Amino acid sequence: MPETAMTQTTEPVAAGHNSERNAGMPLDLAAVNAVQANRSATERRAASLPGRRAVKGDAQSAWLLKAVTCIDLTTLNGDDTDGRVRRLCAKARRPIRADILNALGMGDRRITTGAVCVYHRFVATAVDALKGSNIPVAAVSTGFPAGLVPHDVKLAEIEASVKDGAEEIDIVITREHVLTGNWPALYDEMRDFRAACGDAHVKAILATGDLKTLRNVARASLVCMMAGADFIKTSTGKEGVNATLPVTLTMVRAIRQYREMTGAKVGYKPAGGISKAKDVLTYFALMKEELGREWLDPELFRIGASSLLADIERQLEHRVTGAYSALNRHPIG
Amino acid sequence: MNVASYFNTMDYAPSMEDDSGARAWLARHGGRFGHFIGGKFTAPSEGFETREPASGKVLAVVSQGLEGDVNQAVAAARKAQKGWAVLSGHERALKLYALARIIQRNARLLAVLEALDNGKPVRETRDIDIPLAARHFYHHAGWAQLQESQFPDHDPVGVIGQVIPWNFPLLMLAWKVAPALALGNTVVLKPAEATPLTALLFAELAQAAGLPEGVLNVVTGDGETGALVTKHEDIDKVAFTGSTEVGRKIREATAGSGKSLMLELGGKSPCVVFEDADLDAAVEGVVDAIWFNQGQVCCAGSRLLVHEAVAEDFHARLAVRMQTLRLGSSLDKTIDMGPVIDAGQRARIASMVDCAVASGAELVQAKIVTPETGTFYPPTLLCNVPATAEAATEEIFGPVAVSMTFRTPGEAAQLANHSRYGLAASIWSENINQALELAAKVEAGIVWVNCTNVMDAGVGFGGVKESGFGREGGREGCYDYLKPRLFAKAPERKPFVPAKAKGFTFDQVDRTAKLFIGGKQARPDGNYSRAVVGASGEVVGEVGEGNRKDIRNAVEAARGAASWGAKTQHNRAQILYYLGENLSVRASEFADRLRAMTGVKADKAKAEVAASVSRLFSYGAWADKFEGAVHMPPMRGLAIAVPEPLGVVGVVCPPELPLLGFVSTVAPLIAAGNRVVAVPSEPFPLSATDFYQVVETSDVPAGVLNIVTGEAGSLCKELAKHNDVDGLWAFGSGDLSEVVERLSTGNLKRTFTDYGRAWDWSAAVFEGEEFLRRATQVKTIWVPYGE
Repeated sequence: MPETAMTQTTEPVAAGHNSERNAGMPLDLAAVNAVQANRSATERRAASLPGRRAVKGDAQSAWLLKAVTCIDLTTLNGDDTDGRVRRLCAKARRPIRADILNALGMGDRRITTGAVCVYHRFVATAVDALKGSNIPVAAVSTGFPAGLVPHDVKLAEIEASVKDGAEEIDIVITREHVLTGNWPALYDEMRDFRAACGDAHVKAILATGDLKTLRNVARASLVCMMAGADFIKTSTGKEGVNATLPVTLTMVRAIRQYREMTGAKVGYKPAGGISKAKDVLTYFALMKEELGREWLDPELFRIGASSLLADIERQLEHRVTGAYSALNRHPIG
Repeated sequence: MNVASYFNTMDYAPSMEDDSGARAWLARHGGRFGHFIGGKFTAPSEGFETREPASGKVLAVVSQGLEGDVNQAVAAARKAQKGWAVLSGHERALKLYALARIIQRNARLLAVLEALDNGKPVRETRDIDIPLAARHFYHHAGWAQLQESQFPDHDPVGVIGQVIPWNFPLLMLAWKVAPALALGNTVVLKPAEATPLTALLFAELAQAAGLPEGVLNVVTGDGETGALVTKHEDIDKVAFTGSTEVGRKIREATAGSGKSLMLELGGKSPCVVFEDADLDAAVEGVVDAIWFNQGQVCCAGSRLLVHEAVAEDFHARLAVRMQTLRLGSSLDKTIDMGPVIDAGQRARIASMVDCAVASGAELVQAKIVTPETGTFYPPTLLCNVPATAEAATEEIFGPVAVSMTFRTPGEAAQLANHSRYGLAASIWSENINQALELAAKVEAGIVWVNCTNVMDAGVGFGGVKESGFGREGGREGCYDYLKPRLFAKAPERKPFVPAKAKGFTFDQVDRTAKLFIGGKQARPDGNYSRAVVGASGEVVGEVGEGNRKDIRNAVEAARGAASWGAKTQHNRAQILYYLGENLSVRASEFADRLRAMTGVKADKAKAEVAASVSRLFSYGAWADKFEGAVHMPPMRGLAIAVPEPLGVVGVVCPPELPLLGFVSTVAPLIAAGNRVVAVPSEPFPLSATDFYQVVETSDVPAGVLNIVTGEAGSLCKELAKHNDVDGLWAFGSGDLSEVVERLSTGNLKRTFTDYGRAWDWSAAVFEGEEFLRRATQVKTIWVPYGE
C-alpha cells in the first residue's frame, strides 16, 4: 500500500465531508462481469487475519477511540421518539467519559461519533440536537429497509431528508436488480439516488444478507460505485445476516479495484452485528491491510452500530483502571 | 508512542507472547538435555547449542547422539515393541487419545517453545502446528481403535526409525509418531539438529500421559546421528522427511536390507493462476504458499505459473500485497514472517536469488522493515526467471517465489510437470472444468484447488517423482506403518540350478522368439540369442538376448503409450478379460510349454495356466473397482483421494512359475493404468514370449506391455538406473533387491522387491488390493466449495 504511517491529526470535522467525492463512471459491464469472488478463499483470509494482527496496550486504546469516531450511532426502531433521538445525540457528542479520555492522555481531543443515523422522521430532531457539534446526521432512506416503495417516492424521501438537514443519506438498493443480474437497472437507480442527494453524501446499502453470494456482493459493490456511491455499506441491520468479515473483504477489494480504475476513494461502512470492541479491531486491521491508513478515519470508514459504543467504553475503563467495568458506569446512549 | 500518537498513526504496536512458561521448562532442565530413552532422560552428554533464530541467543544445549545412544534407543524400542503391539487396538487408542489431550493441555507451552526454537511466528505454531499435531493424535487414536477390523491382514512393521526436519518440528513428529504408535510400532525419533526442543518436551509429556517406556525414544543429534538411526540393523523401517539429497543417501544405505522406507522430500510445487481466477484470492494463496513459515515448507508453492492475460495485473497485486507483510520476532503476534532457520540458510537463499537476478530475473522485494538482529530474509518474487536458472528448477526453501507465464491449459500442465519433483500443486480458477482437468493432469501427490497448504490428519500427504514416496495421514498413510502378513515368513529362495544342456531338438518349425517392444516383435539390438534349457536338459527354444539398448527402446515405447493411464477403467477391464479369454483358448499349448520348460506334471501345468487366466480376470474385475476415497477433513469441501498409476514400471518377473509369475506382476500394473517393461523369468522365458500372440490378439495398445528377454540381473540394473522409469518391481535373489534399491535413486523409483524370499505366487491371496496399492500412488485433490 502506498499509504504508510503518517502523522496527520484527524479531528472529526464534519466527518467524511472533506475529501473529493466519487464522481462515478459509465457502467462498465465487462468489468462487472469479470469480477470473481471465491468464498472459501475469502473466508480463509478473513479467518487468519485476526490472528496475524493483535492490537494491544496503548495502540488498542487508540484504535478503540478511533473506532468511536467512526461510529454512525444509530437508532432505527419502530418505537423511536423525539426524546430517544435527543438522548442518542447527547451520547454522540460525548461518547466517552472525560475522566477516561484524560487518563488516556486524550482529554484535549474532541472525540465524538462519526454521525448519528436515524429515520427521516427524526432528521430535524437530530440536526437540532447536534447543532454546533459538527456531527453530521445520516438518514436511512429509499423505503428502508426493504426498498420496495415506488422509485419516485424514494427520490422524494431523499430530498425531504436533505431538506431537513441530513448531510448523509443511507439508501437501500433494490435487491431484485442484483439477484436477476440486471446491472443497468441497479446502476440507473443508484445514479438517481446520487442525484437526489445533491451535496449530501450517499451510502449505498447492499443488504448483503439478501444478496447471498460473494460474487453478487462484489458485482453490486462495483456497480454502485460506478453510479457514484460515496460509501458502500453492508446491511440495514434488518437482514438475517449483517456485516461479516468475508463480506467486508469482498467489498473492500471492490473499493480497491474501483480506486485502481478511477482513482476515486470510496468509503466502507459495515453495519449490524459489530457489537464487541474486539471485533472492531479486526475490522480496522482488515481495512488497514487491504486499503491502507486512509481508510481508518471517518472520512472513509464508518461503523453502523448501536451497542458497540457501550462495549468500547467498558474496555477503555478497564484499560485505565485495571478493573472490569459495568454498563451502568457509563452514560446511557 | 502513546495513545495519542497511535491515534494519529494507527500503527500496530508490538504484541509479545509471554515466554515465561517455556523459559521455566528450559530452566527446570538446567538448559541441558540428554536423550529420552526407555522412558527417561539420559544424562546430558557432549552436545551442541540450539538457538533462537530471532535473536541468535542460545536456548539450550542438547546432546549429540552417538552410536551407543542409538543402540540403547533401538534396544529400548525393540524391547517395548512386542508388548505394545499385543495391546488391543482399544488399549492403544486410549494412549493415543491421552497424547492428543496432553498436547492440547500444553498447547501454549508447546507453541511458544516451538516459536522460540524455530523462529516461526507464534501465530503459526499456535493456530496451525500445535492444533494439527493434536489432530493427528486424535485421528490416529481412531485407527488404533479400528485396527483389528480395518487391517485384519496386516501386522505392525516393528521398530521405526524416524528422522524429521526443522521446519515443522512438532507437527512432523506427530505425522510420524502418531500413525506408527497407533498401529503397534515403536519409535526411535531423531529430531532436527536445529529444533530438538519440542520433541524432548513431547517425550516428557508422553511419559506423563502414561505411554509405556521404550515406545517412544528421542535421540538428538546432527545428520550423523540420523544416519546411525537409519542404518541401524535392528530398525525395521525408516521414515524420513527432509531433502531429496539426504533421501537418496538413505535409499542407498538401506538398499537390500529389507527395511521399508518412506521418504517425504523436497519440491518445487507449481501454483497455477488461470485468467478467470479470483486474483485477490490467488494473491492470498501465494502468501499462504510461499510466505508461510518463511517459505521453509516442502510443499511450498514456489513456482508461480500465471496466465499471460492476467500476469501483469497479478504481479502488480502481488507486489502491493508484499508491502503489507510484516517481519519480526517470532513471539510478536502482529507479524506474518519470522526469521529463516539460520545464517547458513539465509546465505543460501540470498545466493540463489542473486544468481537468478544475474541471469536476468526481475527482482520484486517488499520494502518493509527488516529487524536488524536475527536471520531475516524479506518476501521475494522473481519474475521472468529464465527457465535455465537454478532458482527456477531447484528448491530454495525460503520466502522466494519464481514466476513464469503460460498461454493455454495444456501449456500450464506442461510447465507444471516439467520438474523432477512432484509434491504438490495449487490451481486457481473459478471454472471447475478447467481446475479439475489440470488437477487430473498435474504430476503431484497433493493438488489444492483454490486453496494451498491445507493439510489434515485424515488426508494422505506425500509426493510423486523425486519428492519421495509413501503417504502420511488417512487410511493410505496407515499402510506405511503396517506390513501385509502375505509376505511374512516366506523361505529364502533357493538358487536356480539349470539342467545341463543336451542339445537342440526341433519337433516343429523353428520359433526363435524376438523381443516385444511397442506392439511389435523386435529383433534384439545385439542380435544374440540365448537357449532355454528344459528340465531334462534339452534346449526347448531360444529367446533374444536383450541388452541396455533394448531396455531403452522398450522404455521409450512405454513412455509413448501415455494414453493408457487416461483410458477408462472399463476399457482396461475389457482388455484384461480379453487377455484371459485368449489365453484360455491356448490353455493346452501353454501347459505343454510349462511342462517342457520346468518339468512340472500335467495337472500342475494345467493349474498354472488356469490360475493365470483367473488372475487376468481378477485384475480385469479390479480395474474398475480399485477406487479412491472422499476424505472428511474439517472443511466445507471435498478431499478426493485418487489412486493413480506410477507411469512406466519395470518388472523383473519371479524365476519360478513362468506364466503365473509373469501374469501376477504384469496384470495389476496394467490394470492400474501403468505401462510395463517386463523381463520374464530368466530360466523359463518362453511362456512370456508365447504370450506375444495373446497380447497381439487382445487389443492391447502398442507400448502398454513390452517384453525384453535375457539376463535378469543386467536388464534389471538397466531398468533401475533408467531415469524415465517410474517404478520397478523385481523378484529373484536377495542381490537383485539390493541392486534395485541402490540403483533406483537417480529418480527415486517406487520399488517393490521380495528380498530373495520365495513367495508362493500361486496362493490365492497373491492377487488383489495389496498389489494394486503398490501399482498406484494416491493423489489427493482438495476442492473447497461455496459460492
